[in-house]
Amino acid sequence: MKMTIKNVLRQNRLSLSGMCNVRTAKKTLLTAAIAFVAVSANAQRIKGSDTCLPLSQQEAENYMKTVPSASVTVTGGGSGVGIAALLEGTTDIAQLSRKIKFDERQKLQGQGKTVKEVIIAYDALAVIVNPDNKVSNLTREQLEGIFTGKITNWKEVGGDDMKIVPYSRETSSGTYEFFKENVLKNRNYMNGIMSMPATGAIVQSISQTKGGIGYIGLAYLNDNVKPIHVSYDQGKTFVEPSVANAKNETYPIVRPLYYYYIGGSEATVKPFIDYVLSDAGQKTVSEIGFITVK
Amino acid sequence: MKRFKRILERIVESILTVSGAVTTVTILLIIIFLFREGLGLFRSPAVEKGYALCVNSSNTVDHLNSHQIKEIFDYEIENWAELGGRDEAIEVFRFDEIFSRYTDEELGADYELLPDKLGEVITSSPGIIAFLPTQYLPQGMQGVKVLRSDRITPADFFGGRQWIPTATPAPQFGVLPLILGTLWVSIVAILIALPLGLGVAIYLSELAGQKMRKILKPTIELLAGIPSVVYGFFGLVVLVPLVQKTFGLPVGETGFTGSLILAIMALPTIITVAEDAMRSTPRAMREASLALGATHWQTIYKVIVPYAKSGISAAVVLGIGRAIGETMAVLMVTGNAAVMPRTLFEPLRTIPATIAAELGEAPAGGAHYQALFLLGCVLFFFTLLISVSAEAISKRNFNKGL
Repeated sequence: MKMTIKNVLRQNRLSLSGMCNVRTAKKTLLTAAIAFVAVSANAQRIKGSDTCLPLSQQEAENYMKTVPSASVTVTGGGSGVGIAALLEGTTDIAQLSRKIKFDERQKLQGQGKTVKEVIIAYDALAVIVNPDNKVSNLTREQLEGIFTGKITNWKEVGGDDMKIVPYSRETSSGTYEFFKENVLKNRNYMNGIMSMPATGAIVQSISQTKGGIGYIGLAYLNDNVKPIHVSYDQGKTFVEPSVANAKNETYPIVRPLYYYYIGGSEATVKPFIDYVLSDAGQKTVSEIGFITVK
Repeated sequence: MKRFKRILERIVESILTVSGAVTTVTILLIIIFLFREGLGLFRSPAVEKGYALCVNSSNTVDHLNSHQIKEIFDYEIENWAELGGRDEAIEVFRFDEIFSRYTDEELGADYELLPDKLGEVITSSPGIIAFLPTQYLPQGMQGVKVLRSDRITPADFFGGRQWIPTATPAPQFGVLPLILGTLWVSIVAILIALPLGLGVAIYLSELAGQKMRKILKPTIELLAGIPSVVYGFFGLVVLVPLVQKTFGLPVGETGFTGSLILAIMALPTIITVAEDAMRSTPRAMREASLALGATHWQTIYKVIVPYAKSGISAAVVLGIGRAIGETMAVLMVTGNAAVMPRTLFEPLRTIPATIAAELGEAPAGGAHYQALFLLGCVLFFFTLLISVSAEAISKRNFNKGL
C-alpha cells in the first residue's frame, strides 16, 4: 500500500520537475530577452493594465517595424502592478486603465521621482444583458441599485419577473475600480456579487444566463449579448454604447487609458509615445476597438 | 586509484546530503514566510493603513467598528443616532473631494495648506465623517476629532461573514464564506467521484480483459495530464449551461458545477490508487475464496475490497487533497460570489480561487495582501491534515495486514 502512495508522490514529483524544466527554459528565454533589450540602442519596457495590453502590443509591433533598431517589451499584470514596477524601476512606462492614485503618486514623490502622464486612448464600458432580456434602457441610478444589490428583480426596471444576476470583474481589474467609481459612485458592490476572472468569461456567462447583467470594454461587444442604453440624466436621454457616441462625449461611461513614466526619462520613452499619439498610432487605437485621443 | 575513488564517493555523498538539507530548509523557510506574512494581518489597523477617520469635535461618537464604517461609507447608515450619537445626518467626505472644493493654488504648491483646508471642512460641518491620509491630518485643530482605530482581530477574520477586501475605508476580511465554500465544493466532489472511481477501479482490476485494461488505464491517466484551465473552459461552456437547464436555476455557475468539475479531475487519482491496492490482493486469497465456492462478485466485495480498504481510503484522501487545492477550474465555474453558502445550487467562492484572483493587484505588505497569505495558511492546514491522515491510513494497513 505504501508503495502506491509513494508511486503517486513520485508521479507528482516527476511532473513538478517537468514544470521546473519549463520554468528554467522560460527563465533562459527571459534572460535572453533582457540581454537583447540591453544591447539594443532604443529599448524600453512597458508594464501594467491588461486592458491596455493588446493595444500596447500592437503599437509596439508596428513601431518596431517602422524603427528597426527599437525594441519594446510589453507585459500585463494589472494597473497596480505597472505602478509598482515603475516604483522599483523595472519598467520604463506603466500602462494604466485608471488614473494614478494619490498615495501611489506620493510614494513616487517620496523617492524623489516626478511622474508624467499621457493619455493614449479612451475606452468605453458597455453594460450588457442577455439578448432575450426585454430591458434595453437603464439609468445610472438603476445600475447602481442593481450592482449594489438594492434592485434584485428585472420587473422593478420594466422587464420580466426574473431574478437579476449581476456579474463583476475580479478586484484586481482596473475595470472593476473604474465601474465602481463612475457608476456606483464609490459604493461597494453587493456582498457576494459573481466575479469573473476575465472579460471573455463575463460575455460567455451572460450569453448563457437569462437574468445576467455585466460590464465589459466596448471592444468585446458581440452578437451573443445585448448592450444597454445608459442614461446619466435621470432618464431623459438614453445613449447607446458605440465608438461614435463615446467620441462625441454623449456616452458617459468612458475612461482614459494612460501611460505613466518618470520625469527625466523622456529621451528613452518619448519616441515611442510620440509614435502612439501619431496618426499611424491612433489608427491602431481604433482598429483595436478603443477611441482615439483626437 | 582506490583512494581517489573513495574521495569521489565522499564528494558525491556530501553533495547528496547538502541537497537534502537545502530542500528541507527551503520548505521550512517557505512555511515561515507564509505564516509571518499572514499573521501580520492582526497588526494591521481596521481602517486602511496610512489613513484615519475624522469627525467634528462636537460629535459624541468616538469609536466605530469596521462593519459600521463600511455601512456608513455605503450610505446604509445615514444618521449618527443609529450609532449612539446625536440625531444628525451623516455627511460622508472622501479625501479626493477636497480637490473639487479647492483649486490647486489654494492648497499650496506642495499641498502645505491641505491640512488647514481639511480642518476647515470638518469644522464647518457637524455631521461629517472624513476619510483622510494621516500625512495630511489637520493637527491640533479645535473642531476636529480623530477616531480611535481598531486592529483586525482573529475573530473578525475567522468569524466574519463578509469578504470585501477592496471596501474603502474599512475592508472586510471575513473568511467564513470562503472556508465553507471550499469545504462544500470539495466534499460534494468526493461524494460524486468516490462511487464512480471505485466502480472503475473494480472493473479495471477484476472484470476488464487484458486488452481493455491496456486501452483504459493510459486513457484515465491521460485525464490527469489535462491542464486545469482546460477543464475550467470545458466546465464554463458545457457544464454551466447543462446544470442551469437541468435544475432550472437562474445561474449555472454554482457550487455544484464546481463539484462536478472537481470530481472529474479527482477521478484519475482515485482510480489509479484504488486499482493498485486491489490488484495487490494476493492471488492465494482470491483462489481460496473461489475454492470455497464464492462467486466472482462475492470474492470482490467480501475479500478484495476489504483487503484493499486502506488503499481505497488513501485514494479518497488524495482525491480530497486534489479537490481542495484546485484553483483555476473552480475559479471559472463557481461564480466566485463570496456569500455564506446556503445551498449547493448557488454561486460560491473557494480559498484557492480567491488567492489566485486577488493576489495580483493586492499592494505588497498591505492588509489585503496579508489576509491572502493568511488564507494560504488556512489552506496549508487543510492539506497538512489530509496528508497526515493519508500517512496514518497507509501505516495502519502495513501493520495489520489482513
